[in-house]
Amino acid sequence: MKQENNKAHKFGMVIDLDKCTGCGSCMVSCMSENNVPFKEDESNKKDSITWMRVYKLTNGKSFPDTEIVYLPRPCQHCGGKGDHGHSPCVSVCPATATEYGYDTGIVSQIYTRCFGCRYCMGACPYHARYFNWWDPKWPEGMENYLSPNVSPRMRGVVEKCSFCYHRYQAAKDKAFYEGRDDIEEHEYQTACATACPAGAIIFGDLNNPAHKVHQIVKPDPHPDPNNKHVVGKSRNPKVFRLLERLGTNPKVYYFSEREWVRKKGDNYLNGEWDKIKNHHGASSHG
Amino acid sequence: MKVDRRSFLGLGLGAVAGAAVSPVGIKLTDDSSIWTQNWPWTPVPADGEVSYESSVCSLCPGSCGISVRKINSRPVKIEGRDGYPVNNGGACLHGIAGLQYLYDPARVKTPLKKNGDKFEPISWDDAIALVAGKLADIRKSGLPEKLACIADKEQGSVSGLFQRLLKTFGSPNFYTMPSLESYLELTAAALHGEGKTIGFDLENASFVLSFGAGIIEGWGSPVNCFQANASRKQRHAKLYQIEPRLSNTAANADKWIPIKPGTEADLALGICAVILKNNLFDSMATANFRGGFNKLAAMLQKDYAPSKTAEITGVKASDIEKIATLFAKAKMPLAVFGKGRGDGSQSLKELVAVHTLNCLVGNINKKGGAFVQPINDYLSFPDESMDSIANAGFAKPKLGRYVNQFFEKINASSKPVVDVLFVYNANPCYALHDPKRVKQALGKIPFVVSFSSFLDETAKEADIILPSHTFIERLEDVPSGAGLAKTVVGLTKPVTRPVFNTKNPGDTVILIAKALEGNIARSFEWETYDKCLENVTSRIWDSLSEDGYAILFEGTPSNLVTVNVSFLADNPATVRAQGDYELTLIPIDNMRLINAAVAASPFAIKTVSDKVLTGKNIVVEINPLTAKGLKDGGLAALTTPRGTARVVVNLSEGMMPGVIGMVEGLGHTFDNKYVSNKGINVNELIGPVIESGSGLDAAFGIKAKISKA
Repeated sequence: MKQENNKAHKFGMVIDLDKCTGCGSCMVSCMSENNVPFKEDESNKKDSITWMRVYKLTNGKSFPDTEIVYLPRPCQHCGGKGDHGHSPCVSVCPATATEYGYDTGIVSQIYTRCFGCRYCMGACPYHARYFNWWDPKWPEGMENYLSPNVSPRMRGVVEKCSFCYHRYQAAKDKAFYEGRDDIEEHEYQTACATACPAGAIIFGDLNNPAHKVHQIVKPDPHPDPNNKHVVGKSRNPKVFRLLERLGTNPKVYYFSEREWVRKKGDNYLNGEWDKIKNHHGASSHG
Repeated sequence: MKVDRRSFLGLGLGAVAGAAVSPVGIKLTDDSSIWTQNWPWTPVPADGEVSYESSVCSLCPGSCGISVRKINSRPVKIEGRDGYPVNNGGACLHGIAGLQYLYDPARVKTPLKKNGDKFEPISWDDAIALVAGKLADIRKSGLPEKLACIADKEQGSVSGLFQRLLKTFGSPNFYTMPSLESYLELTAAALHGEGKTIGFDLENASFVLSFGAGIIEGWGSPVNCFQANASRKQRHAKLYQIEPRLSNTAANADKWIPIKPGTEADLALGICAVILKNNLFDSMATANFRGGFNKLAAMLQKDYAPSKTAEITGVKASDIEKIATLFAKAKMPLAVFGKGRGDGSQSLKELVAVHTLNCLVGNINKKGGAFVQPINDYLSFPDESMDSIANAGFAKPKLGRYVNQFFEKINASSKPVVDVLFVYNANPCYALHDPKRVKQALGKIPFVVSFSSFLDETAKEADIILPSHTFIERLEDVPSGAGLAKTVVGLTKPVTRPVFNTKNPGDTVILIAKALEGNIARSFEWETYDKCLENVTSRIWDSLSEDGYAILFEGTPSNLVTVNVSFLADNPATVRAQGDYELTLIPIDNMRLINAAVAASPFAIKTVSDKVLTGKNIVVEINPLTAKGLKDGGLAALTTPRGTARVVVNLSEGMMPGVIGMVEGLGHTFDNKYVSNKGINVNELIGPVIESGSGLDAAFGIKAKISKA
């Protein structure tokens, strides 16, 4: 099919951590949408497959000054250094089982190509990838609720969040059928974003100024003057990305009014944060 | 041909180069990965036509509208229904995972009859005949009150049918499990008179003072509360959360006020005292106070001065004065009660004390305030046909006021006082404090009939199980309640054919009634439950069947309400935790777990943090200052007057010193390995403490000690 639009999409997300309640709806909506299996003991979180995982962060202060915040972590859909599509996982995959979609910005995972070397898991700084150590098993009859839009995975392959790519395909099919060139913002939403009862997850096209995600993030089109690998940094001082200085250029942004929460987005040396925080929102040419 | 060194090397190198260039190797690797991934046991979900069906979730009292995505006739995903007046598109994790209940390994697949220790399948006809036979025997003996029933709630047509069956049979012994709705009605009855309920306009309130209400922990109508809370920042509204633990609600609030567990009523009264002393109350509103307002005021000044309240609650006197001023001067203040999810044990003193704050600042039936209205009974059942046995039996006093006293009475008596017990959509052998005594009482009842969809803790104790459809397979009216400001009735619809040989519980009741003949059968003349529902909801049926819901009330009510403060003016005693140990164990309500008739789904259990459940061990939260000698992640023995449990320690700065927190909703023992035998049921460590005056089990936690295991 030909490219419907001249400008490539760059689908991304901004999550309002002040609104997130840690309720877990996004996790379950993701599991149900994407045929993610479950097993008897899921308390070892290292082998518990959760494309979307909600982390609990605390400010480290003692009672009663403790604060808690929840941080939902889907795949960050990194654009890689300079945002050229060399995501950490894509760069190391020997099987071309994970690819960067230049028209969407989505990092794919092709299960039938994956032979389970797990280089990508080592390369991913966000622990967003999971390995199927066992074949998925559903209790008798429960396979009946599986969705045909996402293939169940088998033992020996890696899986991860796809930004519900099948929903993008369905929206495109619908638009094509109706003779439209492109899809509307509401037509393509991830399962986590639609499920969030607090409305904390905003999903859309970071390249489209009409989309809410663009308006909140205000991505800087120019590379960060301090680090040429970092592109698309938010010009909103309350918005940050995880481990932003690595230059992985994630497409998942986080919002918080609280400084300690924003500081949790990376590891800072003593005094480093005070220098860096002032660059948030500063003009890229400054 | 002669093979010399030169041609040997040449051939060798050629082979190496050929293999390197040839696509065969890559092709083989690729093929082998494809072959090894096409196992016949990896399911390939069948494709088909996509459709969406609207229904209503009835897993909790929230009553959210849902949209079920189907592939042909197969439901594959539950999502929130856009535009639904309760949840407008939002959904919680339990509702989204709803399809897992359809195929739950613990489902009762056909009627079961207990033979010795084992259940045996039995046909529906035989099962109904057996139950009807037992009931006919009781009726013949002239003691119809020996039939009792425990249901989840009083509202709705299915519960209505159970109540109708008991009434026409001649038994007053209908009980419900504790729920937020029941507490709202009791609070309204104590202050405003019988037959009323309370709604909270959280969407508009500008200052919410929550006494431990887990607004984002599953309290009330959870998704509606999530949405109201999320819009707080935009509305510049404030939330102050009072509770011993930094819950998610406390963490999300503008201020967390830690308080000694179980002293919330005292703090509420302390705040009332400051409001009265400083003339911060609404004199228009207090003009409607009856039952000794002056006596109440004098009692508060004497017993609840800030310094005294501070001593009881652990909240600083200056903070009490500050909170009182902020609350009274807020444009739309709202005090919210019902600790945790609001469906656990509560003390009436606390509920009434907190609601008195609303009455004092005059926010009753005002925008952003508390709505006190008559209970909207939208059901119109035709008059029952009563015979002399029914009239005589129904007029007798109930065995106990609430479900806890009911079990107490059974245990205290040497002769069987109840011959047949119906249990519908309730799991008292798990959800009530000290489930052992509940099991003991059930053991003393000769014939227990369970209507459960799952072989849960209570169904296991039953003599016969008449399994019900899950909410995905049945038609039912689902009224909102649970403190929602609006009143909405939703319609749950069957979105798939029943997976097993189960029935709509409404149909089961009608069949039993018909088998009993006489006045009872005459009171159940509907052919099926579906016909009955259409008949008893005739006033709103058009709207129910077309839109999937009917809004009975929205906006701000205008009815005038009187306030009777006599209950508080006598200053009833505050219920204290049982036992002499130094620490207090409190239950924690976690959004990802359920402590009601159904257990959490496998998906929900999967999301539970490893700081709550690790392997088979439950994790308790404790402040490092209290956990002397205990290591984070280490094993410990937790002892209360009710027993000892092995737990893992989570040193948490979000816990008040002196308090141990244990999550509710774990420790199930039924046949679903994804959900059961994980951790322990906190209710087993806590015993009921009946509040004098109200008769409610008001135990919030219990005294405890903890030591290295």
